[in-house]
Amino acid sequence: MPDIRPGQERFVAPIDETPLRAIDAVNVDAVPENQWKEAWKRLRTSPLFWLATAILVVIALMIFFPSLFTSADPERASLDNSFGPASDGHPFGFTQQGADVWARTVHGARASVTIGLLTTILTALLGMITGAIAGYYGGLMDTLISRFSDIFFSIPLLLACIVVISVLNNTFPNRGFWGSVMVVVLALATFAWPQITRQMRGAVLEIKNLEFVDAATAIGASKMKNLRRHIVPNALAPVIVASTISLGVFIVAESSLSFLGLGLPSNVVSWGNDISAAQNQVRSGQNLDVMFVPAAALAFTVLGFILLGEAVREALDPKARKK
Amino acid sequence: MSTNPVSTGPLLEIENLEVGFRAGKDLLTAVDGASLTIYPGQTIAIVGESGSGKSTLAHAVIGLLPGNGQITGGAIKFEGTDISHANRSQIMALRGSSIGLVPQDPMSNLNPLWRVGTQIKEALVANGVATGSAADKRVVELLEEAGLPDAERRARQYPHEFSGGMRQRALIAMGLAARPKLLIADEPTSALDVTVQKQILDHLDTLTESLGVAVMLITHDLGLAAERADHLVVMYRGKIVESGPAREILQRPEHPYTKRLVAKAPSLTSQRLSSVAAARAEVREQAVQTAAEIAAEVAHSATVLGEGVDDILVVDNLTKVFTLRGARPWQKVDFAAVEDVSFRLRRGTTMAIVGESGSGKSTVARMVLDLLPPTAGRIEFDGHDLRDLKTKAERLKLRRQMQPVFQNPYASLDPLYSIYQSIEEPLRTHDVGTKKEREAKVRDLLDKVSLPTTVMGRYPGELSGGQRQRVAIARALALDPEVVICDEAVSALDVLVQAQILELLNDLQAELGLSYLFITHDLAVVRQIADDVLVMQDGKVVEAASVSQVFDNPSQDYTRRLLDAIPGASIQLGL
Repeated sequence: MPDIRPGQERFVAPIDETPLRAIDAVNVDAVPENQWKEAWKRLRTSPLFWLATAILVVIALMIFFPSLFTSADPERASLDNSFGPASDGHPFGFTQQGADVWARTVHGARASVTIGLLTTILTALLGMITGAIAGYYGGLMDTLISRFSDIFFSIPLLLACIVVISVLNNTFPNRGFWGSVMVVVLALATFAWPQITRQMRGAVLEIKNLEFVDAATAIGASKMKNLRRHIVPNALAPVIVASTISLGVFIVAESSLSFLGLGLPSNVVSWGNDISAAQNQVRSGQNLDVMFVPAAALAFTVLGFILLGEAVREALDPKARKK
Repeated sequence: MSTNPVSTGPLLEIENLEVGFRAGKDLLTAVDGASLTIYPGQTIAIVGESGSGKSTLAHAVIGLLPGNGQITGGAIKFEGTDISHANRSQIMALRGSSIGLVPQDPMSNLNPLWRVGTQIKEALVANGVATGSAADKRVVELLEEAGLPDAERRARQYPHEFSGGMRQRALIAMGLAARPKLLIADEPTSALDVTVQKQILDHLDTLTESLGVAVMLITHDLGLAAERADHLVVMYRGKIVESGPAREILQRPEHPYTKRLVAKAPSLTSQRLSSVAAARAEVREQAVQTAAEIAAEVAHSATVLGEGVDDILVVDNLTKVFTLRGARPWQKVDFAAVEDVSFRLRRGTTMAIVGESGSGKSTVARMVLDLLPPTAGRIEFDGHDLRDLKTKAERLKLRRQMQPVFQNPYASLDPLYSIYQSIEEPLRTHDVGTKKEREAKVRDLLDKVSLPTTVMGRYPGELSGGQRQRVAIARALALDPEVVICDEAVSALDVLVQAQILELLNDLQAELGLSYLFITHDLAVVRQIADDVLVMQDGKVVEAASVSQVFDNPSQDYTRRLLDAIPGASIQLGL
């Protein structure tokens, strides 16, 4: 046995200072948690989330109770008031047609946000279903869906929508509010789903190889049951994040289309239409609020949804978790 | 760098070191008052389970604590100078040239986009050892020194062209590139196969000895530590509980934790032949008896699949060929993962399939479980050929009687399912009982695997690896199966937890008359659980015999190599 050098003598810690615990004991006091509860806990403590919520609550109130914000009728216009300055009850003055700017902005929220939400839901559904099938079944199914979505992915979103909407505009003129909204939603959703498909496919590919999926199969769960009960719920997080972020993009897309005169018909009150109608005022310089107020409302709404997407992403990101 | 200076003073002295991690407002202590001394050229080992603070201690020495970690007390003296509060540039000057590091996971510690040679050259240039073509030449020398044949060509390859063992050699070359005085090896071989592990450690031994480098070896395996180091430091929950000469600690452990480690570590237990063999024989006797009673019932039952034959699982000439993509487009290459494997599993006994990664052992398990169709060969469960099970109902019956426990405790439970839902899932899938009856069954199962019923409402993320593995076992037992297939079921666990789960599996076998097919790469655990062993290499069975035959009288070279590679095999125990 080699000589023992200073500092390396035999040492045994006092046993009362280092008491022995049962091997692998269960912490009985811990509070049950799961992924969604934990995510909610992180969301609750995120300032970003509360800022986003504050903005979105204001927007929601505008949509459901516009009378809380304005008593003026957005459709009533009198040319006497054309570009009229701000006055009592009309905080931002009047448009070229003599309608109340603030009233039109408040009422315009409905069309813009509806299009954003409906398009997001539709793309998420389409993308999730196609992505889950492509990822889970693989083979020919995967090749077909992936190549098909690649084709759609390669077409610029706005350009494709311009073509589709101009065709539909010629086929069904005078569609009313819901008809016009649905045309825009369908056009956007048709060309936006591949992004969600890719996300979902990637997530499903990763999860279907985990052992709990094999364990469920060995228990006797059918393929469909496995997909529905184990794989899809575990693949949802990244898709939800991608969807919240794209919501803002869709609202902007609708405004861009309306600005080009293709989104909603001009008789529907919407931010895109108002910004489009106001574009000449930038040059003439009369009552710039006609343009800035709906533009600001649009910017705030998109900011609200993007912040929400960011907060949700942070809350659901597995890397952000402590364990 | 000059050769090892002849000095009698210690190289590294750690005095009452305290390291804490900041979590919100709390400061969690990870290392609590640790003291140790390393002399030049000496190898010491730090042993402990995961979470004991052994890696944190090593990272504190080389200044690699994560952002929320900090040294809260004590001193780290390297060649007499306190470096515990050294600034960034001082630590940078020490890293590489004075203290080298061999990290744990060879798979993720090399940048996949850079050639291996370039990454080692980076270490040389960063430490000012050599530049330009001189550095290139040195890289080849270092790789040769680390035991990589054809080093010149290897230096130009990318990490994905290296096997795990070769990567670890490259990392050792990198750690020793600037000829440090101290090399910290953080679990350098736990991700590798046992035979590769032995080669790498042997090589590291000779290399550090010839260069006079001191080594701080961090490991969870007491047997391995005692075999490689002169001085042992045992850590438990952030504290050093025992330290001293390796042999002395192993033969006369004093702290209860060390005693427990010495008594339970599979690599050491497997030596205590007689007691382990006797305990195992007792379990088997009882299991075979219970299994025979069950078999008699099965034979007369119309609802259960099976004839009640003695060999519950018969595998004949099983072959699996995978078709891989070839070198050219549309070219296909056949790869035989499993070739002509045959074995019989007797009721109430355990058959272990042992082999290194890539030997095809898990593929066999997947085919037996009917998760993967075999290319050729026959699998018979209790007298029924699996291929003849055509209807869904028949397949469901088979599933009921054969259940798996998988390797990775972090992936084998659905993270969105509560423990209750996970264990109840098989019962619900097979429409067993009412909701009340199912709940009672889940409670009973939790009791069987020694988990408190309070875990029912928890989620897998809140349980430790060993606890999750218990849940996975409870789930496998929910349908009262006759065969349980354990695919590396204890490989990912700490040694003590591993021993605990093995005990549990033994108890359950005796109580329920289960038959196990136990897949493992670790011969050390085989003795504790198995009756028969099948050794596989490259998809083929190289040896099939009873446990005692394999351990006492292995007939194949490969089996002998596997046995030699069990760490700590050469150490005499005093117990």
